[in-house]
Amino acid sequence: MAHVIDRRRNGGNESAVNRARFLRRYNEQIRRAVRDILADRSMKDVEQGGNVRVPRKDISEPVFRHGSGGDREIVSPGNRDFVKGDRIPRPQRGVGSDSKAGTGESEDDFVFALSRDEFLQIFFDDLELPRLERDILLGSDEEKAARAGYTTAGAPNNLAIVRTMRTALARRIALRTPLRRRLEMAAGELARALEENRPECELAALRQRIAQLQRRLQKIPFLDDFDLRYRNLIMVPEPTARAVMFCLMDVSASMDEFKKDLAKRFFTLLYLFLTRKYEHVELVFIRHTGDAEEVDEQTFFHDTRSGGTVVLSALQLMAAIMRARYSSGWNIYGAQASDGDVFGADGGKSRSFLAEQILPLTRYFAYLETADPSGSRVSPLWVEYQQVNAAPGSFAMRRVAQRGEVYPVFRELFRAHARLSTP
Amino acid sequence: MSFISAGAEWDFDLIESYERAIGKCAAAYGLDTYPNQIEIISSEQMLVAYAGVGLPVGYPHWTYGKEFIRNEQAYRKGYQALAYEIVINSNPCVAYLMDENTMTMQALVIAHACFGHNSFFKGNYLFQQWTEADAIIDYLVFARRYVMGCEEQYGQAEVEAVLDACHALSRHGVDRFKRPQPLSAKNQRAREDARRVHEQHHFDDLWRTVPGRGPTTSIGTRRDFPAEPEENLLYFIEKHSPKLAPWQRELVRIVRKIAQYFYPQVHTKLMNEGWATFWHYHLINRLYDERLVNDAFMLEFLQSHTNVVRQPGFDQRGFGNINPYAMGFAMFQDLKRICADPTPEDRRWFPEIAGTDWRKTLDFAMRNFKDESFIGQFLSPKLMRDFRFFAIADHEAETELFVDSIHDESGYRRLRKLLCQQYARETYVPDVQVVRYERDGDRSLTLRHFQHGGRPLEINEAEEVMKHLAQLWGFTVRLEAVGATGKVNTVLECAG
Repeated sequence: MAHVIDRRRNGGNESAVNRARFLRRYNEQIRRAVRDILADRSMKDVEQGGNVRVPRKDISEPVFRHGSGGDREIVSPGNRDFVKGDRIPRPQRGVGSDSKAGTGESEDDFVFALSRDEFLQIFFDDLELPRLERDILLGSDEEKAARAGYTTAGAPNNLAIVRTMRTALARRIALRTPLRRRLEMAAGELARALEENRPECELAALRQRIAQLQRRLQKIPFLDDFDLRYRNLIMVPEPTARAVMFCLMDVSASMDEFKKDLAKRFFTLLYLFLTRKYEHVELVFIRHTGDAEEVDEQTFFHDTRSGGTVVLSALQLMAAIMRARYSSGWNIYGAQASDGDVFGADGGKSRSFLAEQILPLTRYFAYLETADPSGSRVSPLWVEYQQVNAAPGSFAMRRVAQRGEVYPVFRELFRAHARLSTP
Repeated sequence: MSFISAGAEWDFDLIESYERAIGKCAAAYGLDTYPNQIEIISSEQMLVAYAGVGLPVGYPHWTYGKEFIRNEQAYRKGYQALAYEIVINSNPCVAYLMDENTMTMQALVIAHACFGHNSFFKGNYLFQQWTEADAIIDYLVFARRYVMGCEEQYGQAEVEAVLDACHALSRHGVDRFKRPQPLSAKNQRAREDARRVHEQHHFDDLWRTVPGRGPTTSIGTRRDFPAEPEENLLYFIEKHSPKLAPWQRELVRIVRKIAQYFYPQVHTKLMNEGWATFWHYHLINRLYDERLVNDAFMLEFLQSHTNVVRQPGFDQRGFGNINPYAMGFAMFQDLKRICADPTPEDRRWFPEIAGTDWRKTLDFAMRNFKDESFIGQFLSPKLMRDFRFFAIADHEAETELFVDSIHDESGYRRLRKLLCQQYARETYVPDVQVVRYERDGDRSLTLRHFQHGGRPLEINEAEEVMKHLAQLWGFTVRLEAVGATGKVNTVLECAG
């Protein structure tokens, strides 16, 4: 008689452990593959999961096996017209394996799909906001329960049993000791009285006293209401890092579609990175042409607008917002993307404004220049910004000319514990 | 009698009725089986079972994750269909049935796995000799706990390093012959006493006067160790590695035990599948004869059955290799034919079985053979003609391939021998053995690859394996190759 068991309900996720182990083991290869993917993805798909391709030889498990060479005979079915002694030219490389060709999947690659979470995890692995200070106290929202001694009242689940028992023991000792002493004295008196053959009424009185003392001793409770002690929990404010990131993008006419795409890619990465890794990061989006305006996320990434170029306007707006909203208790960051095509005095003014008004207040400011695909021409703003004297690690500038460079540059700018300075 | 079921839907009651009905037929044929335990699983769980190489409980390791991802991907894209069942050699015999199967498929699978494979597991000598069906599940549970315990204590990376190295050598972690039981102290004493008594009885002082070669000098001189080459590499490492910590030794042992558990399955693939296919064919046909299943059921069954036993020719689409289901089924059918209805040719080739009771002969064949010997013993000329077998020789010295032999009168014996060799272990697992352990010297370990047909190892991969071995051994490891001429070359050396 057979047992029939329905196993469909249990063990849904048995494979997850081994899958996670596989991903961890080949972290390096997978990370490389993920980076390659980014270069040929459209903006919208950046945060989707996707297929990852890892060279098969990187993850194969070696065993002793026969190589080519030597003598062997192979028996196969389906002979049509061979007879003994027929000679057949040796096929070039790999007998019989050519039947795999044309299936479209290269045998050399191991392809599998990553979920969105796994994808982003690998994407932003070991990146961080530089020089973040975590000890800025917030008054209200972040609180954490902490132990604070014991109280005599509380919920039963907070009962501190050991402490309660200790109190009870102390109370019992304190109440019993004098009674015991008196009991001993009474017992001694009784013994003496018996020895001296005292009258019966005196003995009876003594006996009554002893009985009374014993009753009182017995009445002392093992555990009393006021022995109970409860663990006391109080709420204390938790130090958290508060940070704000200013995203400054140049959308002037000189920023063509290609450059805008580079800049938007950069900010998309930045946005994903910050929203994924940090809970308390605010983002301020500023775009500028001839004048600057603060916009929301939707407008920043998707709206099209064009005009002249005054970089200074964006920096001034940033400084104004900093003063108005983030004057104290904030880690302030800035990221600016522009093609650096500035006219006249704007470059110089921007440089000195940045150095004097903004850098002293920010933890880190990154400038990303979207160069022409050739990447050879140096822009006026780049030349100006190169003269910025900032504390080491507080200012960085990079150029990107190709889509594929955006992610490496992004990683460079936000690598954990990296020392950054102007090149 | 009325039909057990009509329609494609299955439920638990129907599965039980089919199991009972098929069980009755099997008993009528005299099949001896373990009790059955049928478990219904989803396709996702089937993928998990696949990844765990068919073990119901496995220790965690990345290679299973890789297998899972690979199978899942192939399944999703439709490159690969899932097996209808997985069956575990245990007592009770556990069979996993997929919930997507139709009723007919479930019945087929019950006949195939729960009676075919099950009786093979219980009867075949290799399984009896090398696996303990009663204990395997408990051992796997122990192995899983042990590995996870080690991970907790020594860290995942450490455990993974040992397991990776063991996996690389796991094909060389099996015993093919029983080791002699070590003598107990009591028995050893008894043997020495008996020897002394014998010497006393036959003492003759005259022997003292015969001039001899003088006292032997074996004590204190260095002897080769091991005295005989050892082909179970993992066993040798477990017992003699100078550097392994006890927990690492236990991990080596776990991998070795599991490899040993699979050893019979690897060597009886053709027979096992052939036997199970033969019996599902007979059992289901008997159900039909007894009017327990209807024509629709039978048509679906026959369609699946013929798909399973299809053998494309070498030049046809979908040719992989010899299909073990097809050839195994054909061989058992052929054996039955030789017994029941022999031709003069059969009488000439198989005088001892032609015309005997087919059930007894098949039972004998199932119990006492593995693929290699089964083909060597029972492959008939008719079957070689049916399959149109031919042998191609690929010799290094020749510029061209040539046809060695085909299915004709002069080629039958040669063809059968070559096919037999094709299923021999040396053909797909290189013969690598431990020949020297410098126990008194630098503690280096020397392996020797005994080449068959002059076939060398894939050298890049062998080097990777040797690195793993060096890590387990802790001292220098060396790989030698010895070819047909008997000349020994050192191929690889890896410092520990």
